[in-house]
Amino acid sequence: MLMTKLKSKEAISSLIDGTVFIINCHGCKEVGFPEEEAKQLQQELAAGGKVVGVLTTDYICNPENMKLRLRSHLAQIAEADAVLVFSCGVGVQTVAAYLEDQKVYAACDTVALPGFQGVTPLNYDCGQCGECFLNLTGGICPITACSKSLVNGPCGGTKSGKCEVDPSMECGWERIIQRLKAQGRLDILRCPAKMHDFNTDEATKSRKES
Amino acid sequence: MRITELFDNGEFVVSAEVGPPKGIHIDGMVEEAKKYLSGVHAVNVTDNQSSVMRLGSLATCKVLKDAGLNPIFQLTCRDRNRIALQSDLLSAAMLGIDNVLALTGDHTKLGDHPQAKPVFDLDSVSLLHTMCELEKGVDLGGNALIGEPPKFAKGAVVSPCSDSVDAQLVKMERKVMAGAEYFQTQAVFEPEKFISFMEKAKQFGKPVQVGIIIPKSAGMCKFMNNNVAGVHIPDELIAELQADKEKTKAGITGVEIAARIIRACKPYCQGVHIMSLGWEAKIPALLEQAGL
Repeated sequence: MLMTKLKSKEAISSLIDGTVFIINCHGCKEVGFPEEEAKQLQQELAAGGKVVGVLTTDYICNPENMKLRLRSHLAQIAEADAVLVFSCGVGVQTVAAYLEDQKVYAACDTVALPGFQGVTPLNYDCGQCGECFLNLTGGICPITACSKSLVNGPCGGTKSGKCEVDPSMECGWERIIQRLKAQGRLDILRCPAKMHDFNTDEATKSRKES
Repeated sequence: MRITELFDNGEFVVSAEVGPPKGIHIDGMVEEAKKYLSGVHAVNVTDNQSSVMRLGSLATCKVLKDAGLNPIFQLTCRDRNRIALQSDLLSAAMLGIDNVLALTGDHTKLGDHPQAKPVFDLDSVSLLHTMCELEKGVDLGGNALIGEPPKFAKGAVVSPCSDSVDAQLVKMERKVMAGAEYFQTQAVFEPEKFISFMEKAKQFGKPVQVGIIIPKSAGMCKFMNNNVAGVHIPDELIAELQADKEKTKAGITGVEIAARIIRACKPYCQGVHIMSLGWEAKIPALLEQAGL
């Protein structure tokens, strides 16, 4: 079981530089989606003339299903400057891998809830860490694709593109850098140091802020 | 003394490295350090290197400092969360140890306690940022420190002969942006690769010390080629070590090779960092042959 929550309005608007194609994934009963809030935010974006198309579907984490659903929208997607995905981290990564030349952004953070984890493809694992980094990493998750879950770039432990901790595993950061380089977007890594916020407990956060 | 002052003065900075023992008896190590490392500017003390549990880096730094050496505190993010890292940084500054080398650290699975939980709450980049925050007098929680804030010479590492040079340059730039003031490199055995790396790295304007390992045997080189990321020893060097086994065993060949690499790299960098891996006794001869 997991839950997605919208990133802040500021975080989402900072990603949008031009037009977007929106993908909503609502189909999976293992995941709680913030449908109403997402709808409201998308209406605001549409009012600003930024939305070239919307696809609301289910199970975009299933690559074959996702490709089928996206087929009739590929022209709109090509026209958009970016694709904004409202889903769990698995869904965003599946779309980012398919549209590998396109900027694919996560509009949600994914938080784990106890219980059934859902049927998630092994290739696009989501750590359900509560603070989605996919927007800085070309849609490849540094939490699950890096042995050390590093968020600021690779360590020195890459040998022939493989991770020295598990030589059967590709270095996640090597993949991230190659994808960003191919998209001409290495610049997004020139940013201040990131630190993972492990406090996903809303109660503690509001206590601290009040 | 902060190692950054030496770079600022235009010195070609020489540092060496010692690994604390697995135990509490350190007299032998200190005597060796005093005997063989008195000619270097600073001495790195490794932090549970290769994820093998040993005596602590900070305590060993303090002992070396009291013995008249200039220690560099290697600090990894593998075993400590951000509370412990900041606390150890304050402890170091309180003890007058102000050279800190920020490292992410090897994964726990590669060491002698593969059962341990790998922490990596921060990494080398965010650790450098953390030092800058403490220098401003605030911690990562946004709370003020009491009194005069600490000041560090903030070092970092880079792997110039990695087969992912693009990735290394991206990371190096992030470290510079996060506050790194100088770099020490992974061991270099191919000066031409190092020189071409430095062509790209010089844009960051930070001093770089080339990393040197004295090769002890052909077997050691083959082991490193197979197991150590970012290190590659060419076949002709291995053949050189195989040619005269007695000479190699005595360390003469290894010192000749290391001195040659230093001389080739020296015009392109601002210092050298020697990882002697137990061969501290060879360092004076190496420095002499390298013309340092």
